[in-house]
Amino acid sequence: MDPQLYNYWLVILLMMTGLYALIARGNLIRKIIGLNIFQVSVFILYISAGFIREGAAPILSPNVDVYSNPLPHVLILTAIVVSVATTALGLALVIRIKAAFGSIDDDTLSYSSGDSATELSIKTQKSSQ
Amino acid sequence: MISEVIDIALLAMLWIICLQVIFTRSELTAIMVFGAFSLICAGLFLAMGAADVAFTEAAVGAGVSTLLMLNALRRCGTDRCNSSRRGVIDIRALALTGVTGAALIWGTRDLSGVGLADNPVHLHVAPRYLQVSFDEIGIPNVVTSVLASYRGFDTFGEVVVVFTAGLGVWLILGSGKRNDGKADEDE
Amino acid sequence: MSDDIILRIVGKFLIPLVVVFALYVQFHGEYGPGGGFQAGVILGAALILYRLLFGDAAARKAVSPRWLRLQAAVGVLLYGGTGVAGILLQGQFLEYNVLLTDPINGQHLGIILIELGVLLTVSATITALAYTFSADTEEHLSDPQVDPSSQSDQLRS
Repeated sequence: MDPQLYNYWLVILLMMTGLYALIARGNLIRKIIGLNIFQVSVFILYISAGFIREGAAPILSPNVDVYSNPLPHVLILTAIVVSVATTALGLALVIRIKAAFGSIDDDTLSYSSGDSATELSIKTQKSSQ
Repeated sequence: MISEVIDIALLAMLWIICLQVIFTRSELTAIMVFGAFSLICAGLFLAMGAADVAFTEAAVGAGVSTLLMLNALRRCGTDRCNSSRRGVIDIRALALTGVTGAALIWGTRDLSGVGLADNPVHLHVAPRYLQVSFDEIGIPNVVTSVLASYRGFDTFGEVVVVFTAGLGVWLILGSGKRNDGKADEDE
Repeated sequence: MSDDIILRIVGKFLIPLVVVFALYVQFHGEYGPGGGFQAGVILGAALILYRLLFGDAAARKAVSPRWLRLQAAVGVLLYGGTGVAGILLQGQFLEYNVLLTDPINGQHLGIILIELGVLLTVSATITALAYTFSADTEEHLSDPQVDPSSQSDQLRS
């Protein structure tokens, strides 16, 4: 195998660690952190693909010949801002879950599912109106 | 040589932080460590020649994301009741991520090495952007000219997504003043 | 809501600098790293810092949530409007060459306009997120039985 692939392998390791945090941890906020780690490792994957050894940042200058690829940079730049917006949306849902069910733990939420939880959420909604 | 060492060192630091996020006891530590994760990531982006991306990641990932998570944590409180799962290795999750990771690594064997100038990704539109964008657009920062002009439609979509997400948070949580008497001034 | 005099004084010095830096990043984005997204986040951070130091009421007085909603929408409309202006001038959607007689100047104008739209939307959204994630809604979400009037008294005290 090509030894220069180490960058991709480390990124995959990072990605899988984030995925593990997303699946295995019970706390919803920690799940969102895991999701963010997964997202950021995708960003690193793209930037690695756009990387050229000895390449400068793609800002044109008369003394520089080699630039890294600007296209992945553009895609990831906007993706980072979108990722904070989606993270905020997820955290807002977590806050609502806490308000409706009194817990943000996966296990507790699963045990209290069914009638009692539905009842609780209906009650909360009614009284907040 | 030195750039490989920097790359590997930064990626290894990121991985150690990931483990910290998984195994630390307090949510507060996990969030603060995630802030450090974003900052190291920004350094990694800069080392790979992506100055604009590094800038954005430092401002957004390390600043705003961490702030929002801390706010959410303060409002949810630390949940102490999942002690049953804390510190325990989840075998099923480990198997799933292991298989997925192995499949992805198997997939990388077709890719050419990182950082080579003749990779297919560098031969398609990127040379055109670098060669003619200054004559066509007239600004030296190629990232800005691609972002705002060549791929302006793309960026328009991203702006709409940011706007929609803000709107969604507003609808989910309320404008922050609905119930406490002073509501009328901004409604 | 900090009573720490060092934080307040340093904040008073820092916030204008942060705002100026945001504007620098915005308008220098064509020559160095930067642009609407980064400048928007930095501007949002300045407002968040103001809110952390001087409290929610002062921040709402300075930049009201209603204004933020308007600003976010105006940003998206400015971006879209620049695109539509291209169509009206017999070009295509988001084609800047037709905006002015000289194509290069048209490109410059188009990029400045849409980066301004990005700045408005992103900064308003980031600030609005900080407002909505604040503690004010906490009571009415988790314990709806609390009497609204007593709650606002608590806030004032």
